[in-house]
Amino acid sequence: MTEFFHHTFGNGLTLVAEKMGGVRSAAFTLLIPAGAAQDPPGRGGVATMLVDLIFRGAGDRDSRQIMTDLDNLGLQRGEGVETVHTSLFAAVLADNLLPALELYADIVQRPHLPADEVDAVRALALQELQSIDDEPRQKIFIELRKRHYPYPFSRPTVGLSEVIESATHAELAEQHARGFRPTGAILGVAGDIDWPKLLDGVDRLFGGWAAGVSMPIEKGARGSRVDHIAQDAAQTQIGIAFNTVPYRHSEYFNAQGAVTVLSGGSSSRLFSEVREKRGLCYAVFATYHSLYDTGAVICYAGTTNERAQETLDVTMGEIRRLATTVEPAEVARAQAGLKASLIMQGESTSARSAAVAADWYHLGRVRSLSEMQAAIDSLSPKSIMDHLDRHPPSDFTIVTLGPKALEVGQPNN
Amino acid sequence: MKFEHKQLANGLEVIGEVNPDARSVAVGFLVRTGSRDETPDVNGVSHFLEHMVFKGTPRRSALDVNREFDEIGARYNAFTSEENTVFWGAVLPEYLPRLVDLMTDMLRPSLRGDDFDVEKKVILEEISMYQDQPMWSAYEGGMRAHFGVHPLGNSVLGSNESVGGLSCDQMRSYFDRRYVSGNMLVAVAGNVDWARFCELISSPVGAWPAGPPARAVAAAPGSGDVRVIPNHKIKQEHVVLMSSAPAAESHDRFAADVLTTAVGDGAGSRLFWELVDPGLAESAEMEYHEFNGAGMFMTYLCCEPDDAVANADRILKLYREVNTNNITDSELKQVKNKAAARIVLRSERPMGRLMPLGFNWLYRREYRTVDDDLQSLMSVTRDDVARVLAAHPLDRVTTVAVGPLETLSVETLRR
Repeated sequence: MTEFFHHTFGNGLTLVAEKMGGVRSAAFTLLIPAGAAQDPPGRGGVATMLVDLIFRGAGDRDSRQIMTDLDNLGLQRGEGVETVHTSLFAAVLADNLLPALELYADIVQRPHLPADEVDAVRALALQELQSIDDEPRQKIFIELRKRHYPYPFSRPTVGLSEVIESATHAELAEQHARGFRPTGAILGVAGDIDWPKLLDGVDRLFGGWAAGVSMPIEKGARGSRVDHIAQDAAQTQIGIAFNTVPYRHSEYFNAQGAVTVLSGGSSSRLFSEVREKRGLCYAVFATYHSLYDTGAVICYAGTTNERAQETLDVTMGEIRRLATTVEPAEVARAQAGLKASLIMQGESTSARSAAVAADWYHLGRVRSLSEMQAAIDSLSPKSIMDHLDRHPPSDFTIVTLGPKALEVGQPNN
Repeated sequence: MKFEHKQLANGLEVIGEVNPDARSVAVGFLVRTGSRDETPDVNGVSHFLEHMVFKGTPRRSALDVNREFDEIGARYNAFTSEENTVFWGAVLPEYLPRLVDLMTDMLRPSLRGDDFDVEKKVILEEISMYQDQPMWSAYEGGMRAHFGVHPLGNSVLGSNESVGGLSCDQMRSYFDRRYVSGNMLVAVAGNVDWARFCELISSPVGAWPAGPPARAVAAAPGSGDVRVIPNHKIKQEHVVLMSSAPAAESHDRFAADVLTTAVGDGAGSRLFWELVDPGLAESAEMEYHEFNGAGMFMTYLCCEPDDAVANADRILKLYREVNTNNITDSELKQVKNKAAARIVLRSERPMGRLMPLGFNWLYRREYRTVDDDLQSLMSVTRDDVARVLAAHPLDRVTTVAVGPLETLSVETLRR
């Protein structure tokens, strides 16, 4: 059986935990409200450099000692910049959870931020940008989000090359002092945990972290709705985004149901119509993505240049058809898929640590398995159609990348 | 966890690892066939056939297959490598009978001509997609250069020409030879009632034609060549360095794993400190690949073209240092801690157990628990690593670069 716990400390940090049965590991996801959107105006890229620099020495350990100690704990980790958070993730055998958190307490609160390593961080960040340029499949998502979301949610989490080239040590140190604060931070933990011990440990390690002021996010303008990026490649990349309700909305499960009908499994509409019946491409899909107050469906298709127009037309046709009819059998399949995902996610401490942290951010609570199962059970063709009636796919952004622009028309008319 | 094994009259083996605490169950059908089993005129057929297996049977259309997987909420997929084609599905336990019915039927596909024609287009799209991924081009180019005429050098996807020219009859004949019971294995892991599973599976798979495992295994020492594949569409240089390593049948594979992690893990390894931490390369990682009768250490380097030669040079100097002085005691300890946690973490889900379970049987006819693997890992000594290094010096590399460079003149490559 799973049990949930949470506690918000005086400095604003929330610890939210799920105790899972039948596992030997524990995982944590720390969300710090210092994402790409909170980079200083015109300085997109500072956060992505900072998340590398904080691991290069912290507390009484130098860079090498940190890496050695992380390895000796057998810790699997990943960190990165997201739209509104810097996210630090780690999974360990359950006995090593508190020792791992002890290391992360130093990394987050007391990094050395060595000035002589900024150039190495810079070189890596610039090379990552070059690699993305070499991978059209990655690039299209960045370019699509850049145009679909309003500023600063549109900022690429990998930063901008001109900022990375010019960022100074002082700027990174200032961003750390300003942004790496417990106010609004969320530590999600899942696995074989002992709640009283965990609470005590986190209090000891993070309770003294000095509160800061939350960094304001001011919404700005959106990019162009239809765009083409010329690039010589074997395939044309097609990115389509449209708006739907956010994760916290009462109709979220209907929105998720609709996306699953469109692109949940291989009998879903996009896969059947674009790939299976017409053989137009290898990869075509749509996924749901949510910011705090707006949700979006992000669609992708990659296909050889001669077939790109037909791929775009068929994909757009399927998106528009979604609002006109949803069959009972399609909803039953979507329900089976969503439920299986839920239960299988419940076998993974890593996935659950990220899920409880995200739930806390979006909802201020954790959705239990039974609540989600009930919501999925209650989906019907009518509930999904009614939802699509109230919130039809809207605000389309269409970006293509390849040798030749496609006929897109006026998607928002 | 309990291990189970059964051999049917037609020679097909069925194995299981039963874990009543799991919430799901995963089933795999492993076929010992891949690009190394292909002749040049049908290169790519194993992978194309993997796609065609989802295209229906006398009882089911292609759309039926997709629909039924979705009806039971299955996670499922398939993959083809140089030497295996694997089909797997994971479901909640109550759907296991439907999953078994679907997958056993699916593995006797109709291979209809019109489906073949549509799917060929998808495969050609997949080939184009990979052409736009430089890391993949470097891997394929590397395999071809390293193994030369040895069939391990065959491309898994095949080329536009080989796939374009393939006929449905050629595929049927390949299927008849390779998808025989002696060349296949069924594995199940997770929350499963073994007796009930045997009842479900025995009748459909018991009817599959008998036939022996068939593969000629020749030595594959590696060429040591240097090749450059210029690609001016991309900005970074992608370099692979390949050398020989213990084969899948060798117990030295644990020592090879330890060596690989110490020298080339993504973080905290020799390559990491030498190249990635100082910002000289975006990636510099080493992997260990094991095959039937052959093994390969592969290093992948991604960096600015101007730095590629100097970086390859640094890597080879580092490899010579390791050849001479081995890894240190503290590296050995650190790697064991890291690798042990990896083994446990990936084993927590039935999907994570299925492949180790299946491959241990397919390659070595042995069942190994998570604790057996931990035990083998923990008992690796520096002497074991030294033995691997003596038999497989790290610097005897085949080198292939994909990117803006026209030539690659690495001083240390000239011995």
